[in-house]
Amino acid sequence: MTNAPVIIVIEDDPPIRRFLRTGLSTQGFTVFEADTGKQGIIEAEVRKPDLVILDLGLPDMEGVEVIKAIRAWSAIPIIILSARSSEQHKIDALDAGADDYLTKPFGFGELLARIRVALRHAIRPMEHIQADIFATANLKVDLHNRVVTLDDEEVHLTPIQYRLLVVLVKQAGRVLTHQQILKEVWGPSYQENAHYLRIYMSQLRQKLEADPTQPKFLLTESGVGYRLKI
Amino acid sequence: MNDYRPDPDQLLARVERDNAKAKRGRLKIFFGAAAGVGKSYAMLLAARERRAENLDVVIGLIETHGRKETQALLKGLEVLPTRQIDYKGTVLHEFDIDAALKRRPAIIIVDELAHTNAPNSRHPKRWQDIHELIDAGIDVYTALNVQHLESLNDDIGQISGIRVWETVPDTVFEDADEIELVDLPPDELLVRLKEGKIYIPQQAQQAIQHFFRKGNLIALRELALRQTANRVDAQMLDYREDHAIRDVWQVNERILVCIGPNMLAERLVRAGKRVAVSLRAQWLVVYVETPTLQRLSAEKRDGILRILRLAEQLGAETLTLSAPDMGEAIIKLSRERNINKILVGKPTRRGWRRWLLGSVVDELISHAHNVNIYLLGSPQNPDGDTPDADISLFRKRPLPGLQQRAAANKKGYYAGYGWAVFITLCSAGIDYLLIDRLALANLVMVFLLGVVFVATRFGCGPSVLASVLGVAILDFLFVPPYYSFAVSDSQYLITLLTMLVVGVVISNLMINVHSQAKVAAHRERRAAVLYAMSRELANSQSEEEVVRIAVRHLHSEFSSRNVILFPDSNGRIIYPQQKSMIESLHGADLSVAQWVFDHNEMAGQGTNTLPGAEEIYFPICAEDKVLGVLALLPVNLRRVFLPEQQKLLDTFLRQIGQAIIRIRLAEQAKITQMQVEAERLRNSLLSAISHDLRTPLATIIGSASTLLEGEGQLQAQDKRDLSRVIVDEAERMSNLINNILDMARLDAGVVELNKQWHPLEEIIGTVLTRLHKHLAGRVVKVKLPEGIPMVFVDAVMIEQVLINLLENAVRYTPQGSQLDITAEMYDHAVEIAVADYGAGIPKGREEHLFEKFYQARHEAAQSGVGLGLAICRAIVEAHGGRITAQNRPEGGAVFTFVLPINQSPPVMELEE
Repeated sequence: MTNAPVIIVIEDDPPIRRFLRTGLSTQGFTVFEADTGKQGIIEAEVRKPDLVILDLGLPDMEGVEVIKAIRAWSAIPIIILSARSSEQHKIDALDAGADDYLTKPFGFGELLARIRVALRHAIRPMEHIQADIFATANLKVDLHNRVVTLDDEEVHLTPIQYRLLVVLVKQAGRVLTHQQILKEVWGPSYQENAHYLRIYMSQLRQKLEADPTQPKFLLTESGVGYRLKI
Repeated sequence: MNDYRPDPDQLLARVERDNAKAKRGRLKIFFGAAAGVGKSYAMLLAARERRAENLDVVIGLIETHGRKETQALLKGLEVLPTRQIDYKGTVLHEFDIDAALKRRPAIIIVDELAHTNAPNSRHPKRWQDIHELIDAGIDVYTALNVQHLESLNDDIGQISGIRVWETVPDTVFEDADEIELVDLPPDELLVRLKEGKIYIPQQAQQAIQHFFRKGNLIALRELALRQTANRVDAQMLDYREDHAIRDVWQVNERILVCIGPNMLAERLVRAGKRVAVSLRAQWLVVYVETPTLQRLSAEKRDGILRILRLAEQLGAETLTLSAPDMGEAIIKLSRERNINKILVGKPTRRGWRRWLLGSVVDELISHAHNVNIYLLGSPQNPDGDTPDADISLFRKRPLPGLQQRAAANKKGYYAGYGWAVFITLCSAGIDYLLIDRLALANLVMVFLLGVVFVATRFGCGPSVLASVLGVAILDFLFVPPYYSFAVSDSQYLITLLTMLVVGVVISNLMINVHSQAKVAAHRERRAAVLYAMSRELANSQSEEEVVRIAVRHLHSEFSSRNVILFPDSNGRIIYPQQKSMIESLHGADLSVAQWVFDHNEMAGQGTNTLPGAEEIYFPICAEDKVLGVLALLPVNLRRVFLPEQQKLLDTFLRQIGQAIIRIRLAEQAKITQMQVEAERLRNSLLSAISHDLRTPLATIIGSASTLLEGEGQLQAQDKRDLSRVIVDEAERMSNLINNILDMARLDAGVVELNKQWHPLEEIIGTVLTRLHKHLAGRVVKVKLPEGIPMVFVDAVMIEQVLINLLENAVRYTPQGSQLDITAEMYDHAVEIAVADYGAGIPKGREEHLFEKFYQARHEAAQSGVGLGLAICRAIVEAHGGRITAQNRPEGGAVFTFVLPINQSPPVMELEE
């Protein structure tokens, strides 16, 4: 298993570290641990990992600072672990460049799923977009011809609705914060207008989802942002 | 038998007296006839004896006057350093009361009880320092000469020709626990004086010629001996009373001394004191302020104030009454207070005036029964009440700070005379025109009309002028012989006299009416002021508000700048924390305020304590507790210290105190209630947690240990089952803990709503996605209004409400049954309902559902801590909304919450 993916776990709580080490090793990952932010940044530079799991509540420094330090030289996927009811911390971390987040307590299966998505994405960013066509369930987006079809029937989208969909499609499977989407679709000056995003998201759902109140792929990450499910 | 039993009231008084004395220190006065009799020496000898008994004796201050024998006695005794005060270039050595209080000896020696402290000391007089030492529980030895006793001050002044200004109130002497007379025959005293043992030789020579004349010394010695004898007598009586030895005093004697604004007042008070002492009676000094007396000059009223203070110092209770009729007021008071002796000055009206206008004394004699009346005559000056005499008396020693003179306004006064002349001339003019048509009697009427007019408008003087002038003109022009002042018929004299009398009588009546109206207006205004403040105080909700109201009203009534100071938790007075107002006083002296707070006595300018301060400090009390201190910077001391103003201020202070205590009690009650509620919640929380957390924990520990112990023997299926159980139970626990934490955060009020515009559909969508697993394939029907309804809420919180409601519905309804979510948009609100098709809510429990730790049915299997709905309510109420639960007529329950939307949705440019 020479090319087993390397994961660095930056977490100060020993029991959580232990179960992550045991679980991830069993799944064939090589795990290195760090219990402080500083140690974690060093490990990340030395071990050249494929993925970092980072706890936001570290004793020595802010999790966001760790993300920025790593992002300064690397684009490796970072998954955050955070305590509940601190949406703003999650948003800050995602805006700083983290790829995904999990709220404690979490199940190991869920973590594994997120790791796999992140790794896949890191290796082949546009894996799910083949020949400029993204497809999931009955939805198909042809990026080259700018055509969206639902059950092979073309759906008419306005320019903004289309741009919004494309932003989500390109980062499919990942959480995008309101700020990130607003910046991509409307530009930096629209940062404060999250309700625009919500309205257009609703419009998209009306057009693409069978039942907008029970969405299948345009999912809301409560208080954080959106995610296109694949 | 019964007759010899002590009166229970007296017994109680005795017990109270003993108790009060036990806590306080004891005062021993070494009492002598004159300087040099050896008081200091005797005091130091006593101190040495106490020291030999191993008591903690300290010398606070001693005046040895360089006497060798006395100085020798100081050896081996601890002497406190004096406080050095630089006063106009000379250094004064003063007794350091703070050092003494800090040192706290068992016994302290402080010489010269009658000493007047340097300006800006805490108390003006040393006896006040000593009073404070005794209050602090320290025994004090001190020395006093007989001439310094307040009540003897007058007599000794007359005997010796030298008036001493340093006096000590008799109460201090009477309250002393022990008096030791230090006696030396005059001859021996003179020998000591000549030997230079008392003063240095030149001074001694002067002294012998003046104060130390043998005759003086004999008289002083007699007074000292008599004073001591009186005291011994009093002690004897106390003893007899204490031991039920009947019976010297059948009745409790009460003496009432009535004073007026004349020079007799001070003598009346001193005489009253002597009578009271000799009869061992309680005594009251009363000043009745009639409307006429209210018009007195400010100086005279200050004089009365001073006399009342003197009376207080001599041990009297003082009263100021305001009443229209002096005699009546005195009689009423004497009935109320069971007075049996009245002391008044001799009537000042004499002869026909007394016969015509009456006198207070006559009224008292004819109406007051069972009361003995004593009259005090004035010694030298038969016209005791000539204004000049008493003003000069009062000016001699004005009240501290009361010197400001009220500016007199004389302008209007002279104008009245001008008007009198003018109106009389007008009357003359009218008469002159009508002389042929009117009889003389009617001509007189025209003049009389003028006089009446002048009398009503301009008072007595102008009306007399108008009468005299009118009579003169009438006589000169209209009464034969014309153009001459001679009167042919004596009948006209009566006409003239009548006019004069009518003018005077009417002007007097008018003056009375005016002044009564003024008094009435004043009273009404005072009542209005009080009413206004008390009404505002009654409505006040916080201490801060009370303070604001008080400061504002005090300012408008006394034109003063004020601040109310409260102690911190350690009882130290601190500056107020609130924002100051225009009427607020800045820079009050905290040390003075502290003293006032600790001693529950007023202090500052115009008082006996720390008169050097600019402000006046009053304790604010309620229910026998000092709550705080009012510091008041007056524009004019008179506005605060006049009797009626002081009474008003007292009432103000009482009301402020009451308002503060009312608010404190209300707060206390609220806190207590909250504590009870918190206690109840804590108990429910504990029992809920102990049950609901232990159950899953037991399962987790059991399953995990089974996995651990059964290593190798368990089947793969069993392992999976056990692991599943552990995960499920842990998730359940996690939910519980989340709920408890949410509730705690909501309760603590730390949750800040992050309200934004959200499509309702998205909120519901998020909830249904998150609950996907939990809903286990149930059909959830969602019915929303057309379009994309937007709501202004904290989405995460409202999602929590919906999640809790849905979980609740899942828990209490049969598996697989349908759930409905509906929403209605109104102009300023949105109504969201979650309905189920279950058994519904048990009758009468609808409201209880939202209480913390309430579970509709106590079934262990459907566990939850009973917080879900309470959290819903907290969140909805935080949004300003309302949540209710009902049974639907068609079956099942519906939970409805309404959220107000007070904003209009954002304007957006949409593409479609």
